[in-house]
Amino acid sequence: MEYEAVIGLEIHAQLLTESKIFCGCSTAFGAEPNSQTCPVCTGMPGVLPVFNRKVLEFALRAALALHGEIAPRSVFARKNYFYPDLPKGYQISQFELPLSVGGYLEVDADGSSRRIRLRRIHMEEDAGKLVYEGTMETADASLVDLNRTGVPLIEIVTEPDIRTPAEAGAFLRKLRSILRYLQVCDGNMEQGSFRCDANVSLRPAGTQGLGVKTELKNMNSFRFVEKALQYEIDRQRAVLEDGGTIVQETRLWDASRGVTVGMRGKEEAHDYRYFPDPDLVPVVPDPAWVEEIRRSLPELPDEKEARFVRQYGLAWQEAKVLTSSAELADFFEKTVQRFPKPKAVSNWMLSELLRELRRQDLEIDACPVTPDSLAAMLAMIEDGTISGKIGKQVFEEMMRSGAAPEAIVREKGWVQIQDESEIASVVDKVLGEHPEEVAAFRKGKEKLLAFFVGQVMKATRGKASPKVVNDLLLRRLKSGS
Amino acid sequence: MKLSREAVQHVAMLARIELTPEEEDLYAEQLGSILEFFDRLKGVDTTRVEPTSHVLEIVNVLREDERRESYPPAEILRNAPDPSASFFRVPKILD
Amino acid sequence: MKLYEETIQGVSEKLLRREVSSVEVTRSVLERIGSLNERLNAFITVTEETALEQAREADRRIARGDVPGPLCGIPLAIKDVLSTRGIRTTCGSRMLADFVPVFDATVIARLRAAGAVFVGKTNMDEFAMGSSTETSFTGPCRNPFDLSRVCGGSSGGSACAVAADLCVAAIGSDTGGSIRQPASHCGVVGLKPTYGRVSRFGLVAYASSLDQVGPITKDVKDCALLLQAIAGYDPQDSTSVDREVPNYAALLDGEVRGIRIGVPREYFVGGLEPDVERCIRKAIGIWEASGAAIVEVSLPHTEYAVPVYYLIAPAEASSNLARYDGVKYGYRAKGPFRNLADMVRRTRSEGFGSEVKRRIMLGTYALSSGYYDAYYRKAQQVRTLIRRDFEGAFQSCDVIVAPAAPTTAFRIGEKIGDPLQMYLSDVFTVSANLAGLPGISVPCGTSAEGLPVGVQVLGRIFDEGTVLRVAYALECRDPQARKRPAIG
Repeated sequence: MEYEAVIGLEIHAQLLTESKIFCGCSTAFGAEPNSQTCPVCTGMPGVLPVFNRKVLEFALRAALALHGEIAPRSVFARKNYFYPDLPKGYQISQFELPLSVGGYLEVDADGSSRRIRLRRIHMEEDAGKLVYEGTMETADASLVDLNRTGVPLIEIVTEPDIRTPAEAGAFLRKLRSILRYLQVCDGNMEQGSFRCDANVSLRPAGTQGLGVKTELKNMNSFRFVEKALQYEIDRQRAVLEDGGTIVQETRLWDASRGVTVGMRGKEEAHDYRYFPDPDLVPVVPDPAWVEEIRRSLPELPDEKEARFVRQYGLAWQEAKVLTSSAELADFFEKTVQRFPKPKAVSNWMLSELLRELRRQDLEIDACPVTPDSLAAMLAMIEDGTISGKIGKQVFEEMMRSGAAPEAIVREKGWVQIQDESEIASVVDKVLGEHPEEVAAFRKGKEKLLAFFVGQVMKATRGKASPKVVNDLLLRRLKSGS
Repeated sequence: MKLSREAVQHVAMLARIELTPEEEDLYAEQLGSILEFFDRLKGVDTTRVEPTSHVLEIVNVLREDERRESYPPAEILRNAPDPSASFFRVPKILD
Repeated sequence: MKLYEETIQGVSEKLLRREVSSVEVTRSVLERIGSLNERLNAFITVTEETALEQAREADRRIARGDVPGPLCGIPLAIKDVLSTRGIRTTCGSRMLADFVPVFDATVIARLRAAGAVFVGKTNMDEFAMGSSTETSFTGPCRNPFDLSRVCGGSSGGSACAVAADLCVAAIGSDTGGSIRQPASHCGVVGLKPTYGRVSRFGLVAYASSLDQVGPITKDVKDCALLLQAIAGYDPQDSTSVDREVPNYAALLDGEVRGIRIGVPREYFVGGLEPDVERCIRKAIGIWEASGAAIVEVSLPHTEYAVPVYYLIAPAEASSNLARYDGVKYGYRAKGPFRNLADMVRRTRSEGFGSEVKRRIMLGTYALSSGYYDAYYRKAQQVRTLIRRDFEGAFQSCDVIVAPAAPTTAFRIGEKIGDPLQMYLSDVFTVSANLAGLPGISVPCGTSAEGLPVGVQVLGRIFDEGTVLRVAYALECRDPQARKRPAIG
């Protein structure tokens, strides 16, 4: 029996507001425990929430960019459950009337492009953090840090449209990129500002129903999401092929062992008893304001990608990589502004630059090479001051020191030798030292050209202009003298 | 009408309240008769009637995204039953 | 007249004329508390030192002519449900027996700024759930007219303190009648403002869509003065309304000519103690004789008000009280614990009294999966119908009169064993909370046994002015209606 996987994702993204969703405490990451709290976000008796306007603005930006339908009226609801990192004993979220319904993301994976539909996007508050006192095995107690309670989140829920782990990964990467483009979320999975849970079930290929699903949690990188999904799909397939049934449960991803572990038995049925929060009033976004936000959305990855193809004559794949982040796209465009040969810039960035960034584990905005310096270096190759090969060395040095290409070339004495007479004397010397090969060439062994080129380059320590070297060698060799 | 013991236990579990068997009986009885009394609401015609969640028709109460100084951790932890330096301390989650 | 017998107005005038100091008035009150509180149990915490400090500061302000208003230097009692920075706030519960807040409720901050003096935190039904102040973990508050009887609740301590002159005025809270009913049982004035008129920030929540903070006073003018001091928009409360606060006291002219007073037929179909009905009808007669038009109105959904209230309030309460888990503040059961869940369950079981537990369970049930539509949602729909009833009635009248309770103060222990009976006695007060309307209870006579009876006047939203005027007119014309208790 052929099975197909049915995957839905639930993403929580922290919004980049200055203050929390319902109080004025800072949202900054990494502060001393319980130093960014107040009576409101710690749920002291008598406190009340007041909604942060910026949260609404950022949530609307995200919803509009994802083609969601904005609810004319949405309502905050209480999600009631007990946990020590939830000070009020309920989370203020949205239930029956979320901010936005519908929407979609076009995703490329496994060689095809598919539209993944969204079910809803809503706003809610984050909970605090629990740490073990000591290690997980020996701890008698847990420690609660409420700094994170009240940090604003949007929750994005997809329809179960995703079919493969690769597609899930592609979806997440694209979503993250969009949210970063919008500057509403910094998309940092390691720090927890971008979190993902997944629902996965199997069904016989080609059917329409839904099998029993499991919920996967504790995956804190895109790679882990893909791996966990793959593991779970394989696990479920094995169970079904064995004649068993899938238990609906939450399973945690264990990265160290590469498996998902069921929490069955340790989890109670959750009855969240949602009801509209009487301490908050409905949100009725002004249509004119929503339009203004829609109009002022920045150019999103898809649009930019299409424009790069159109405007710069790039291939789709090149445009795709260059627009994978707003910063990278920006870097490209600035470089092209100064050195208007988009293809050359693209080639260089996609090969040398990205490789070096990956090797040094740097983000583009921390790159020692700037658009100015890259443009300058490319110009030097273009006008022959240095050869392409030397260019690579110059670039490596630029990445290492951040120095300008002109300075490096000067310091290292890497200016390309283009002077014909200078090269001619080296060519003559080389030819003189290898008469047998010369004779062999003239008899028809034309492949020996590469040998001669190599010798000339060696003698000039790579600085001779390959073009001139080739020209002169051919002329000398063919002329017979 | 009496609520079943299971129903009372379930509600007590949701509310994180521990009841003795006597209390379970008592609440089963009392909650049962209260709910029976409330059943008279069933007879009220509420077709197309919107539930009230706010008596006042206010919408869009918003505040500016401005940071205000947080309370010092000492104040936040002042009433904690088991404070530990700068954390709230609780027994571990699982057995 | 003894200093402790004075009203806000009376003390204020004397202070401004430098006839007395705030310290003297405060001492007079504190002494009386010292001699009577043990019998009455009106106060959970008496704040003698703080009060005298505040009184000294008030005197300094008065001396240099910097008087912020009539509340300056006035000793007030505060229901122990309001967060007072640095002063223990228990809500009548073991759960918060040692809790000392780190912030002031907005109402408290305003009163501090007005120069008021806080003599103590008053006794109340636990977490404001009750109609008799019998569920407090410190024991019942006793009625100063008859120590074997209740004060009403949940603001029993505040009403008792005002009646027995253990303060010049007091602050209470009202979710289903908790100001008006004890005011009636103790022979004083109590007002629940329109929902959203007074900030709820710092009011420990019972039922968020119903709670309001309000004044309990010796007369209507004091009520107007105290209301004005605490009312007004608060940006920290999203449900507070940005609407100008009128000078309520200036509206009290003693006139009711041309005002239409609605008498709901459903409120007078039996079940009222004869003395209560007699006093209410007397009041209606007085208003009529003063030129008000008496109009019969109908509130057809009256019989559903109690079930609607007792589904909505406990549902909201079950959520509001979920924060009491022994983690961040308040009571924590004694260890050792098997695990966290064990600690939380024991803490809540030991920290809460039985009425609170009953309501939490009722509320949890009403919200739970499978029951939400039939109970909570249905109740909120019928609530809409109750609101419409009042809108309809107010087409033909300006205020609505009602009893505050079907009986006078009952005996301690008499009703506590039968929760449903206790709930049913709230029939006249819960509707005003469900509809968000302002309502006052003002003394209108005593029973044959000498127990006070109060009459309620309910008004349109934000029309506290008319409510106070009508109450004031009665007070002017029937000064005998208010009796002092014989105690002390």
